[in-house]
Amino acid sequence: MPPLTDLADAVIRGDHPQAGALTREAIRLAIEPKTILDDGLIAGMTVVGDRFRVHEIFLPDVLLAAKAMYAGMDELRPLLIRDGVPSLGKIVIGSVKGDLHDIGKNLVGIMLKGAGFDVIDLGHDVAPEAMVRTAKEQGAAVIGMSALLTTTMPVMGEVVSRLKAEGMGGTVRTVVGGAPVSEAFAREIGADAYAFDAGNAVDVVKTLVGRR
Amino acid sequence: MSDVFTVAPEEVSPERDAVLALLGIPAGTQLGDRIERLYTHALGVLGETIAPRGLIAEIEGGAFDAVYAGDGKNAPETPVALVAPRAEHRALFAVTLGEPLSRAVAECFTGADFALGYTLDAMASVAADAAAAVAERRFARTLRERGWATADGAVLRYSPGYCGWDITGQRRLFAALQPGAIGLTLNDSCLMQPLKSVSGVLLAGPRTIHKFPPTFDCCARCAERTCRDRLATLFAGAAH
Repeated sequence: MPPLTDLADAVIRGDHPQAGALTREAIRLAIEPKTILDDGLIAGMTVVGDRFRVHEIFLPDVLLAAKAMYAGMDELRPLLIRDGVPSLGKIVIGSVKGDLHDIGKNLVGIMLKGAGFDVIDLGHDVAPEAMVRTAKEQGAAVIGMSALLTTTMPVMGEVVSRLKAEGMGGTVRTVVGGAPVSEAFAREIGADAYAFDAGNAVDVVKTLVGRR
Repeated sequence: MSDVFTVAPEEVSPERDAVLALLGIPAGTQLGDRIERLYTHALGVLGETIAPRGLIAEIEGGAFDAVYAGDGKNAPETPVALVAPRAEHRALFAVTLGEPLSRAVAECFTGADFALGYTLDAMASVAADAAAAVAERRFARTLRERGWATADGAVLRYSPGYCGWDITGQRRLFAALQPGAIGLTLNDSCLMQPLKSVSGVLLAGPRTIHKFPPTFDCCARCAERTCRDRLATLFAGAAH
């Protein structure tokens, strides 16, 4: 299916005008939206992710590719919603209350969307109750939390405790990350997983939702 | 002495290899055209949005001890506790690159210009560090103008959140320094706004006062280790 190969190439090159145009062309050719998504946009991002993992390309290249993918998604999203095409899962992310750093959290969101997840980004300075409430209302599979300060790390534990108190500990999984956060800290607060960077977060979330 | 100052943007121009390192790009890597263009674009945005300012206020030893004690959460043994008593002069300081830059980074992400936002953020981190180095040089110059004649004199900075100085120390530091004068505020989590800001203490004395082995408990948990680079520079004979 050449239009989709070209679309994947446009994503790999980070050519966002072309990615948008080729997505429109694929829609005009009546290719199934799910096929455009899987064989065009996500296929391109998968190649980008693989090259990034082996250090063939760097994070700025990945982010240029993500912008191209978003250009395609802007065209495709209404059709995916119309057709009821499910994503890999809904993920709620945010930097925890008191923390205003969100570059790392943004990277995680971009990478998760690139992998085909539906990401609900609550931004920064997010209260535990907002994270839990959103996960409940949206039927999220995972809550991803970021903290860059030792003073805000304990908020992650509050989210985990609140989930358990509300009987959602088994249905909504948690993953934590950020410079001062460690695997040991994740275990200590009872989080389901720790991710050491944005790329790793995608692998971890896939594992948590049973997509690997 | 309380000294509010403006820093010329060219004085904090980010060092390229340091920016690339933050972007995860090894030194010496030949950048492709599109990343090179991205870098140039980000540098332009940085130049348009940066507004570096600083504040330095001298503090006596006893008063600093009270600031340093903070909320009593510091590590039992720290480099600052070792170096500060040996210092001949000390000053609290804060520098910031200003709010427009933080806003520009945020707008890049909301506008799907992720690569630009990320690159700009990395440049801003390096520039903020450069602004802190400007404060070190400025304090050293002020002391020398006042007759500080210590042979091999050197000024180095130490900040809450690093080297076992708990980040809650920011509260007393802000209370003593009052960096609202340069537009800096502190939230309940001890996080400075604008984000691209640095605060701490400047300690002046013979360069040997700054020498410490990286064997404190806090060193074992430290992922930065930038103190080693700064000490190496200091003992390589860098002018201060």
